[in-house]
Amino acid sequence: MSIYLDRDTKVLVQGITGKMARFHTKDMIAYGTNVVGGVVPGKAGETVEGVPVFNTMKEAVAATGAEATLVFVPPPFAADSIMEAADAAIRYCVCITDGIPAQDMIRVKRYMYRYPKERRMVLTGPNCAGTISPGKAMLGIMPGHIYLQGHAGIVGRSGTLGYEAAAQLKERGIGISTSVGIGGDPINGSSFRDILEQFESDPDTHVICMIGEIGGPQEAEAAEYIRDHVTKPVVAYVAGLTAPKGRTMGHAGAIISAFGESASEKVEILTAAGVTVAANPAVIGETIASVMQ
Amino acid sequence: MDIHEYQAKELLSNFGVVVPQGALAYSPEQAAYRAREMGGERWVVKAQIHAGGRGKVGGVKVCSSDVEIQEATENMFGRKLVTHQTGPEGKGIYRVYVEAAVPIDREIYLGFVLDRTSQRVMIVASAEGGMEIEDISANRPDSIVRATVEPAVGLQEFQCREIAFKLGVEAGMVQQMVRTLQGCFRAFTELDATMVEINPLVITKDNRIMALDAKMTFDDNALFRHPQISELRDKSQEDPRESRAADRGLSYVGLDGNIGCIVNGAGLAMATMDTIMLAGGAPANFLDIGGGATPERVAKAFRLVLSDSKVEAILVNIFAGINRCDWVAEGVVQALREVEVNVPVIVRLAGTNVEEGQKILAQSGLPLIRATTLMEAAERVVGAWKSDLEQSTKVRAVK
Repeated sequence: MSIYLDRDTKVLVQGITGKMARFHTKDMIAYGTNVVGGVVPGKAGETVEGVPVFNTMKEAVAATGAEATLVFVPPPFAADSIMEAADAAIRYCVCITDGIPAQDMIRVKRYMYRYPKERRMVLTGPNCAGTISPGKAMLGIMPGHIYLQGHAGIVGRSGTLGYEAAAQLKERGIGISTSVGIGGDPINGSSFRDILEQFESDPDTHVICMIGEIGGPQEAEAAEYIRDHVTKPVVAYVAGLTAPKGRTMGHAGAIISAFGESASEKVEILTAAGVTVAANPAVIGETIASVMQ
Repeated sequence: MDIHEYQAKELLSNFGVVVPQGALAYSPEQAAYRAREMGGERWVVKAQIHAGGRGKVGGVKVCSSDVEIQEATENMFGRKLVTHQTGPEGKGIYRVYVEAAVPIDREIYLGFVLDRTSQRVMIVASAEGGMEIEDISANRPDSIVRATVEPAVGLQEFQCREIAFKLGVEAGMVQQMVRTLQGCFRAFTELDATMVEINPLVITKDNRIMALDAKMTFDDNALFRHPQISELRDKSQEDPRESRAADRGLSYVGLDGNIGCIVNGAGLAMATMDTIMLAGGAPANFLDIGGGATPERVAKAFRLVLSDSKVEAILVNIFAGINRCDWVAEGVVQALREVEVNVPVIVRLAGTNVEEGQKILAQSGLPLIRATTLMEAAERVVGAWKSDLEQSTKVRAVK
């Protein structure tokens, strides 16, 4: 078991004919992901890396039975593509695109809520590296070889900092059940809390690692959830201790604008909820190893 | 992206928000002329900078004659105004706004923000106008009125009325308040703002509701569909290091330390800064060169970081994922041969093909200091910076 993504999950790539999308489609297939097609309006009939391209998501889902999708569409059109996926009854959507206007994401979130919970698509991202269940499949742009298969669940806002954690774990021989990027945008598809809920009920995940950063309320919400509902050990790291207030640090969502949004406040809140906080990014692997004993 | 008060007022008035009569001036003479042109007996002269808190530090002056206006603005132009929002370096005054003074009866705080908890637009208002919202929430939290807007249908009239009555607006003026709130909301959504703040929104003695100050911030990710907003960018209000970075498509934030950072990925960049601090140093900047880390971007990054004269050592931290360490190493070597660097450079590579990358750095003949872990890199850059200071002879990594 793993969350969201398994060996058999049928995957579509939206925007598959773009240069980056082609590259990562090839990489995902090489990793073992079951990519069954792509969608680009007006490009039906073409093939990319041996999989067929369709004009619409509905056509692609009808022809392939796909249940997951990866959005590689440029920012002005990405929100529309996510909604198209939701309407085509896709179960899980990862959006890689960085630079989607915040109000487009508000619209996307509102649109998704028109479906009852049991039929509602799960979205992770945008502005993330994707999701990987090591040894099974990956839906994203991460280097697959730095992840060992195992029982640590990782969830984080940053791509490369997630790689750093995965590499530190690999060095210690610790494997990962699933690693999920929730992205660096202020309005995102899934929160830390949403992913923690999945990891808590996944029998294959024995320990959870949460990599947060400055800005927004989601680390504090997660702390509350962990305190009340998570039985598995949780390790966290929060980036941005040196970040000044009121400045956007690369990620659109990484900005301290309210109480509880700085790194030191988040560390305090998480510690109070019983989370083991790694003091610096160099000891994330070490800290996870220590709680696994 | 931030804009000036006078620009925000012009935008908001297009959406039906009432603002006092005013005019922009680029010199004291022009300011005095604008007041004469406008007529009246009292004017407020306001320094136009991208920060709040101007009133407390002499950036806002009430004047009763054109001579007074000329004198007041002569002390403003060219000066740097330091407020609690500008940082110690302050922001330069190059434009002033001359406005007809209005008789104030009451002051209200009104803000529109992107609320990340509800993932909707939220209205925040308080009858305690004139104070900063931080002070209101610290001293009078019970005075704050909040409402979120359902994105499918937008801001409804009943919500506006509720807010107006909670703020104690007289029944006869509620309709004016509704018009103001809906105007701000339409400006917020149609122009892709992330913040609209009117502090104070005033009720005048002759029963008009007016925006006496206005602040708007826009979503950088949405500027592509608002070219008229992009044109309002004022580089004189930006950190020159950040303007250069923005023009080169790099994500950079200038800080006060002296260790320059070149990192790929925003989270890793913040984590690298934190580790430098733990090792006893202070970062000079946040810089995310993006996932790709091509030789061109690495060279650009070196030039940018070195354009900050405070930088006394540089830490390059690249986690090569899709790209490979050997390729990134080539980029670093190429950049160091092109750009003259006379401060210690520490390079930490991790990820794909790390051994080949290290070999390329070692064989380059450049006096680079290598590191394998993040902690080691931070310790070495701080160590190199300190010993460099002591010897006050600088390692040269040139051609």
